Amino acid sequence: MSQNDTQTTGGAPMTMIQALRSAMDVMLERDENVVAFGQDVGYFGGVFRCTDGLQAKYGKQRVFDAPISESGIAGAAIGMAAYGLRPVAEIQFADYIYPAYDQIVSEAARLRYRSGGMFSAPLVFRTPCGGGIYGGQTHSQSPEAIFAHVAGLRTVMPSNPYDAKGLLIASIENDDPVIFLEPKRLYNGPFDGHHDRPVTAWSKHADNVVPEGYYTVPLDKAAVVREGKAVTILTYGTTVWVAQAAAEDAGIDAEVIDLRSLWPLDLDAIVASVKKTGRCIVLHEATRTCGFGAELVALVQEHCFYHLEAPVERVTGWDTPYPHAQEWDYFPGPARVIDAMHRVLED
Amino acid sequence: MSSSPNPAVTDPLRLHVPEPSARPGEATDFSYLQLSPAGAVDKPALDVTASQTTPLTTQLVRVLDDNGDAVGPWAADIDDEVLRQAMHAMLKTRAYDARMLIAQRQKKTSFYIQCLGEEAIAVGQTLALREGDMQFPTYRQQGILITKGVSLVDMMCQVLSNAADPLKGRQLPIMYSYKDAGFFSISGNLTTQYIQAVGWAMASAIKGDTKIATAWVGDGATAEGDFHAALVFGHVYRAPVILNVVNNQWAISTFQAIAGGENTTFAARGAAYGIPSLRVDGNDLLAVYAVSRWAAERARSNLGATMIEWVTYRAGPHSTSDDPSKYRPADDAQHFPLGDPIERLKAHMIKRGLWSDEQHEQARSEYDAEIARALKEAETHGLLGSDNRPGAADMFNDVYKDMPEHLRRQRQQLGV
Repeated sequence: MSQNDTQTTGGAPMTMIQALRSAMDVMLERDENVVAFGQDVGYFGGVFRCTDGLQAKYGKQRVFDAPISESGIAGAAIGMAAYGLRPVAEIQFADYIYPAYDQIVSEAARLRYRSGGMFSAPLVFRTPCGGGIYGGQTHSQSPEAIFAHVAGLRTVMPSNPYDAKGLLIASIENDDPVIFLEPKRLYNGPFDGHHDRPVTAWSKHADNVVPEGYYTVPLDKAAVVREGKAVTILTYGTTVWVAQAAAEDAGIDAEVIDLRSLWPLDLDAIVASVKKTGRCIVLHEATRTCGFGAELVALVQEHCFYHLEAPVERVTGWDTPYPHAQEWDYFPGPARVIDAMHRVLED
Repeated sequence: MSSSPNPAVTDPLRLHVPEPSARPGEATDFSYLQLSPAGAVDKPALDVTASQTTPLTTQLVRVLDDNGDAVGPWAADIDDEVLRQAMHAMLKTRAYDARMLIAQRQKKTSFYIQCLGEEAIAVGQTLALREGDMQFPTYRQQGILITKGVSLVDMMCQVLSNAADPLKGRQLPIMYSYKDAGFFSISGNLTTQYIQAVGWAMASAIKGDTKIATAWVGDGATAEGDFHAALVFGHVYRAPVILNVVNNQWAISTFQAIAGGENTTFAARGAAYGIPSLRVDGNDLLAVYAVSRWAAERARSNLGATMIEWVTYRAGPHSTSDDPSKYRPADDAQHFPLGDPIERLKAHMIKRGLWSDEQHEQARSEYDAEIARALKEAETHGLLGSDNRPGAADMFNDVYKDMPEHLRRQRQQLGV
């Protein structure tokens, strides 16, 4: 919990699924303009259970199923937002968000700008993303770069239940359109890339306490999840856990920064850390070329050039579609991060 | 002997690419339009089902006959005052278009789009709606704004992208936005607004409001995926929305057959999605008003969406960047069997003693003068490319509600 977070007392362990559901529950309760919809979101409660019980609690007028049409879901959400609602629309997998891309990029992102502030699109597109689950080509993608690139959008990705709830509440309350990417690999428990070891549930995770009620985690604020002096690792989502595991495994004093908000981002936190360590690794699941890491590398180069002791390294997914059988050759696990740390520290 | 149920096929397959019946120098055969006589098409009950409207989707609702008389079941409930308002708004819209076309030729602005010949549709529907309803227009429904009495100077300042442009110079000319007038922000991306209108209508229903939405699309843009999405959502959620298709026969240079109009109608699509649908004479103000009112009442009665195909003709060029003589007969509009909406309403109103040639000419010259005055005033705020333009600092505002740090830095880099 960072110093900027709204403090709430009490709480219990939640999975990321429960935390996201709780965020929507809180906001449906607090703001009568909040509605949640998407494929299988209503009666069934979502294919990942993130909206379980919400329709029963708030009724079909607030939480409902949608046809299988991503552009329809996105376009309808924009119209609802223009009316004055705060839609939380779900796209079942980030891999299936492309049919909605025109609505998101040409409409949601630009509505405020092109109408001189007359209309706006205060909405959230929730979508499960990321790999490490044998999801193959269309259940594993990390398309954050194509949203971070678009002026007018906010792109957010949590890495733990506490942040998931606080960031989702903040996103629903925010008046800008938010692409809220949920690493499905982290839904039930943290995952550090050691696929050959048993995975622990969030309930067994020591600091996992999620308040029952309302709180926010501010957008545009990164979190230093592991302090260190040797090298800065800039990352988000599942690879936040990979980075920490790699640092422990290798016994390297790495500082791990969870960006949380990808764009707009917390430049001050990045710059402060890299100036301290003098070395930087950018780590993400998404493919490398023109991935979000390229922007991070450019920012570090621009703002920290005279403090850098070594070239900035990128550890990312390969520039291929996400494969199935080669899951662990593709996913950037701890071993690859350790290699990168050694390279960066050798210079 | 072959046991195949099919006859032996020896001819090679051929790709069918639809063509208009006439190109430049030829004469269009408008028989493809399938016209019904005025007064011949039924007015169904408000709670009509989609399948009951199926026959109506290949007929044509018309009220005004060739003698200028209002006939049939759709003629009943039109107030004289509505006709006067409609005539004024149509004349004003046409005068505005004509003047802005000249302004573009004089390089006062970069771009303009007329709605010549289609004035009745936007004007007639707007008069059938209520305060608070939201229209999701394309770039060819400026008649909505004129009917609503939006300031001409304001509209012109947007077209001129000058210092008084309500959209601060960020938008291409004619991409207006007027929330207070129930006119949603126009986007360059076709058909996106169609499903947004459905979403807006769903929101109104979710909140238990009494407002309805209207969606607008042209014939060509019905081919976009968002058209399909809007029909699905409009039907599924029984959204209080009027789904307008303005079939002006042309999408830039492309005849409506290339959009999928050959041997079918756009109204037929609505009925197939489960939405009661009508095909209407778009150049018949009385029909436009009556059918719009019927659809609005259906929506307001929780009976759901209505689709209306307005059959009209794009009499002018697609835009100021277009030359229609390169792809269609030069005199095509004169031969369009549904005529000119202003002339047809004029004949009807004169016949009913509501209007006269003198009033017509007087209104025309008054609007010419009003619009010339408005343009003069708008020009005092600057022209496109003049020093009197929206400030560069404004370029960075409204991307987000609050300006993020990276935009602050970029604004400083520009030194503004």
